Amino acid sequence: MTVTDSLPHQSACATCPMNRHLERLGVNMEDWDYVVALAGNPNTGKSTVFNALTGLRQHTGNWPGKTVARAEGGFIYGDKRYKLVDLPGTYSLLAASVDEEIARDFILFGQPDVTVVVVDATRLERNLNLALQVLEITDKAVICLNLMDEAKRHGLTIDDRRLARDLGVPVISTVARRGEGIRELIAMVHDVATGEVKPRPHRIPATQDDALNRAVERLTGQIQAAFPGLPNARWVALRLLDGDAQIERAIRDGSLGDLSRGDEPQSVVDRLMVAEVHA
Amino acid sequence: MSAQPAAADILKTAGNLRREVGDGFHDHLVEALYTDAAQIADRAVARPDAPPRFDLDRAIDRLVTSRTWGFPIMVLLLTGVFWLTIQGANVPSQMLATLLLDTVHPALKDLGAALGFPWWLSGVLFDGAYLAMAWVVSVMLPPMAIFFPVFTLLEDFGYLPRVAFNLDRLFSRAGAHGKQALSMTMGFGCNAAGVVATRVIDSPRERLIAIITNNFAVCNGRWPTLIMVSTIFIGSAVPAALAGLVSALAVVGIAVLGVLLTFAVSWFLSRTMLKGEASVFSLELPPYRPPRILQTLYTSLIDRTIIVLWRAVTMSVPAGIVIWLISNVTLGGQSIAEHLVTGLDGVGWLLGLNGVILVAYIVAIPANEIIIPTVLMLTVLAAGLTGVGEGAGVMFEAESNTTIRDILNAGGWTTLTAVNLMLFSLIHNPCSTTILTIYNETKSKKWTAVATLLPLLLGFAVTLTTATLARALGLV
Repeated sequence: MTVTDSLPHQSACATCPMNRHLERLGVNMEDWDYVVALAGNPNTGKSTVFNALTGLRQHTGNWPGKTVARAEGGFIYGDKRYKLVDLPGTYSLLAASVDEEIARDFILFGQPDVTVVVVDATRLERNLNLALQVLEITDKAVICLNLMDEAKRHGLTIDDRRLARDLGVPVISTVARRGEGIRELIAMVHDVATGEVKPRPHRIPATQDDALNRAVERLTGQIQAAFPGLPNARWVALRLLDGDAQIERAIRDGSLGDLSRGDEPQSVVDRLMVAEVHA
Repeated sequence: MSAQPAAADILKTAGNLRREVGDGFHDHLVEALYTDAAQIADRAVARPDAPPRFDLDRAIDRLVTSRTWGFPIMVLLLTGVFWLTIQGANVPSQMLATLLLDTVHPALKDLGAALGFPWWLSGVLFDGAYLAMAWVVSVMLPPMAIFFPVFTLLEDFGYLPRVAFNLDRLFSRAGAHGKQALSMTMGFGCNAAGVVATRVIDSPRERLIAIITNNFAVCNGRWPTLIMVSTIFIGSAVPAALAGLVSALAVVGIAVLGVLLTFAVSWFLSRTMLKGEASVFSLELPPYRPPRILQTLYTSLIDRTIIVLWRAVTMSVPAGIVIWLISNVTLGGQSIAEHLVTGLDGVGWLLGLNGVILVAYIVAIPANEIIIPTVLMLTVLAAGLTGVGEGAGVMFEAESNTTIRDILNAGGWTTLTAVNLMLFSLIHNPCSTTILTIYNETKSKKWTAVATLLPLLLGFAVTLTTATLARALGLV
C-alpha cells in the first residue's frame, strides 16, 4: 500500500507522484510486475542510469562497450515491482553484431513493458538513429535525455518538449551522475507501464517510391493476418524486405507466432541466457 | 499449427518482393532513418551562434593521441600510477604486517596452546592457513587500495579509449582487432575479467587472439610480486633517492614488455593458427568527464579491491594448508617440499630460477598472489636457515626488505634470479580462474590448452635464453 492509497483526504502533496513510495531493490527481484529495458548508444551513461534506478553500484566506465552482457536489477515504485534490464550499448538495432542482436532480441522477443532509451544530449542526431529504431519495434518507450550538464557546458539548449512532440513518446531530461531527473524518469516509466500514458511514437514515414510502399503494405497485411496481435508488423515487413535472416528464422521456427499470442518464446529466452555473465 | 503454412507464404512473398524492390532497399531504409533523425534533432537543438573559441576536449585529445606524444604520455602516466602505489603502500603494509603477524599470530598460537591443541592442528590452522591469509592481506591490500582507485579515476576521466586509439594501429598491424586494446586494459586488473571483456570483439578469430594473449597483461595478482622483487633487487642497486622511481620503472618495463609480447604473439597467431584479415571498427572517443572522486573511491574499493582481495584470501587459506603440510610431512627423512625443491632445482637452474620458485608456481596455480610468501617460506626451509622466521613451513613476514634480501641471498639468489622471476611472473600459464573462464568463453578444450601452454612454454624459452646469455657473458 502506498501513502496515496491509504489517505482518505488527499492533499496535493499526497497525490503528487513525486511522493510515491520508492525503494531500490538492487539485484533482489524475485517477482516483478513490469520489466523495463534500458537501451542506448554506447557511453551515454546507461549504466549510470541503471545504478541510479536500482541503487546498485555496478561499475561504470567512461568507455564504450563496457556492458558486454545484460545486467539486471530492480526497484519498487508505487506498489509495483520493476525489473530493470541493462542492455549492451549499440548504435543501431540492425543486428550486425552480437551486442546489437542481444539488444534487439530483448526488445522484440522479451517484450519489456517499457523500454527506456538513454540518449546523449550532446550528440542528439546520432543517438536518435537508435531511438527511432527502438520506436519502430515498440510503442511503450520513454526517452531519457541524459548528460544535460554536458550539453549545457557545450552551450547547447535542447527543447525537450519539442522533442517529445516530434518523437511521440515522453522525454525526460536527466543528469544521471547527480541523480537529477531520476524521480521524474521513474514516475514516467510507471505511467507508461500502467498505461496511464500511451505513447504514439513517430514511425519512419512512407517513401516517395510507390512500388516500394505497395510492397511494404502488402507484406505488412500478410503478416498481420498470420500473426494477429503482433505490435510491429510493419517493422517485421521492413526487416524481411531487407533480407534479415534472424527475422526469417523467427517466422519459420514460430517464435514470432508465440509473440503474437503473448507468450515469451522459450528459444529466445534460452538464447538470451547465454549472454549472462559468468565471472 | 496453422501458422506454419502462413509462415512459408510470408517468406515466399517477402522473397519475391525483395527482388522487386531491388538492392537499393537497405540504403533507402537507412537514409530515411538518418534524414528523420537529423530533422528531429535539428528542430530540438539550439546551438550557440559562435562556435566555442577553445575546445578543451579536443586540445587534450590532440596531445594524448598524437603520434609523437601519445606513447610517452602513456608510459609517464603508468609510471606515475606505479610510483604512487609503491611509495604509498609501504607504510600501511608494514603496519598491517605488525598487526596481523607480530600481534595476532602469537596471540592465536597462545590461544591454541591454552586450549590444548595438538602441535599439528595449531600448525595447520595458525602457521598454515592463518599466516598465508595474513600475508596476502598485508601485501595486497595497500597497493590495491591505491592502484585501483587511481586507475579507475583515469578510466572515468575517459583516458582508456585514448589508449585503445593509440594502440589500434599496432593491433591491426599485428592482424588483431583494435578493441583488443580494451580487453587488454581490463586484463591489467584481472585476466579473467579481461577474457570476459573480449566479448566486445565480434570476429571469433580475433576474439580468440585476444583471449590467448590476455595473459600478457600483468594482473593484480602479479603486481605485488613484481613490485616487491623490483624494490628489493633493482631499487636497492641504485641510490636511495632514486630507488622508488627506478623500481617503478622496472615494473613499468615488465608491463610494457607484456604489451609488446601481446603484439608479437597476436602477430604470430594471425599468421599461423588463426589466419585472417583484421576487421575494421569505429571507436568513439567519449568526452572527458571530470571523475566523481568520492563515488569512484567507493565503487573501486567495493567492486575491485574487496572482491579481488576476498578471492586472494579464499585461495590463500587452502594454499597455506598445503604449504604447511608439504613442509611438515616427511618421506625418508625429508619433507615433501624438500623433495620437490631438490627435484626441480636442476630445471630451475637452467631457467635462471631455482627449485623453490618452480614449486611456488605449482602451489600458486589457483592464485598468483601467494608466490612471494611461498618462495620465502620454502627458501628458509631449503637453505636450512635458523633464527629467521618461525621454523619449518611457517610463512612469516620478514622484518623489512633488507631481511627478505638476506634470506633470498642465503637461498642463492642473484640479480639474474630476480630478473628472471619478474619475467616468469609475466610469462607463464594463467591462474586457474582464468583458465576456467577461457574454457567457459571458448567452450573449446583445444584453445584452452593453447592459451594455457603457449605462455608457459614461451616463459621457459625466455628465461632459458636470458639465463644462458647472462652466464655466457659472465654477468653471473
